[in-house]
Amino acid sequence: MTVAVAMVLSFVESQIPAFVAVPGVKIGLANLAVIFALFVFGWREALAVSLVRVLLVSLLFGNAVGWLYSLSGALLSFLVMLALRATGKFSVLGISVAGGVFHNIGQIAAAMAVLRSEGVLYYLPPLLLSGTIAGAVIGIASAILIDRLGNCVKM
Amino acid sequence: MKQENEKPGESVSSEKRRGFPRRADLFLILGLLVVGGLLFLFFRLSAPTGNRVTVRVGDEVVARYPLDIDGAYTLNGGTNLLVVKDGYAYMERADCPDGLCIRQGKISKEGERIVCLPNRVMVTIE
Repeated sequence: MTVAVAMVLSFVESQIPAFVAVPGVKIGLANLAVIFALFVFGWREALAVSLVRVLLVSLLFGNAVGWLYSLSGALLSFLVMLALRATGKFSVLGISVAGGVFHNIGQIAAAMAVLRSEGVLYYLPPLLLSGTIAGAVIGIASAILIDRLGNCVKM
Repeated sequence: MKQENEKPGESVSSEKRRGFPRRADLFLILGLLVVGGLLFLFFRLSAPTGNRVTVRVGDEVVARYPLDIDGAYTLNGGTNLLVVKDGYAYMERADCPDGLCIRQGKISKEGERIVCLPNRVMVTIE
C-alpha cells in the first residue's frame, strides 16, 4: 500500500516542471512514503518501499540510465536515514533532511561514475542547499503524517 | 526534549512526538548548509582562469577574444560593448533599459558568463 502511495507521489512530482536550472533539484515527495514506512513499519518495509518504487517508477516513467541514478540515490539515502535513526538522536526532521541530501549525493556519485567526469560535482553545493530545504519540508510533513496516521495503519 | 530508546531495525510502536526537532537536527541542518557554502566558495575560487571569451548571439558563436589582450569590442551590431582588461571581461555598455549585464560585473574564471537577455547576447569564459 505504501508502495502505491510512493508511486503516486513520484508521478505527481514528475509532473512538476523543473523550476531551477540545476538538474536534481526537487522536493522528493516519494521520500514521504519511505520515511513513513521507516517509522511506522520498520526498516525492511521502508527498504522495500524504496526499492520497489525506484524499480517501478523507472520502468513506467523513466529512461535507460535514469534508474541507475535513482537507485544509488535511494539506497544511499536509505542507509543514511537508517543509520541516523539508529543513533536515536535525531527526529524525523533531521532524518528527512539527511535523506534528501544524501539522495542528491548518491545521484551525483552515480552520475560521476557514468559520465566519468567530476564536472557534475559543481552541482553539489546548490543541491546541498535545495536538499536541505526539501528534506526539511518533507520531514515536517512526515512528522505530522506519522503522528496522525501512525496508529491507524499499524497492524 | 524527550529521549527515545529505539533499537535500530525495529519497528517502533511508541507514539512519542518524533516530529519535535531536537538539537541534533539543527546541528545537522546547519552543518549541511555550512558544507554547501564552503564547497560553493571552494569551487568558485579553484575554478581555473579562462584564457578566452566567447560571444554568442542566440545559439551562434559570433566571436572569440583572448583574455590576455586588453580590448573593447562592440557586439551584436552595437547593442553591447564588451571590454577585456587585465584578464577580466565585463560589459561596459548596453542599450537595454535595465543594464543587468553591466551589473553582472567582471568575469575571468572558466564557466563564468554574462548574459544579456534582451539582446540575446551571452559572453562565456572558456
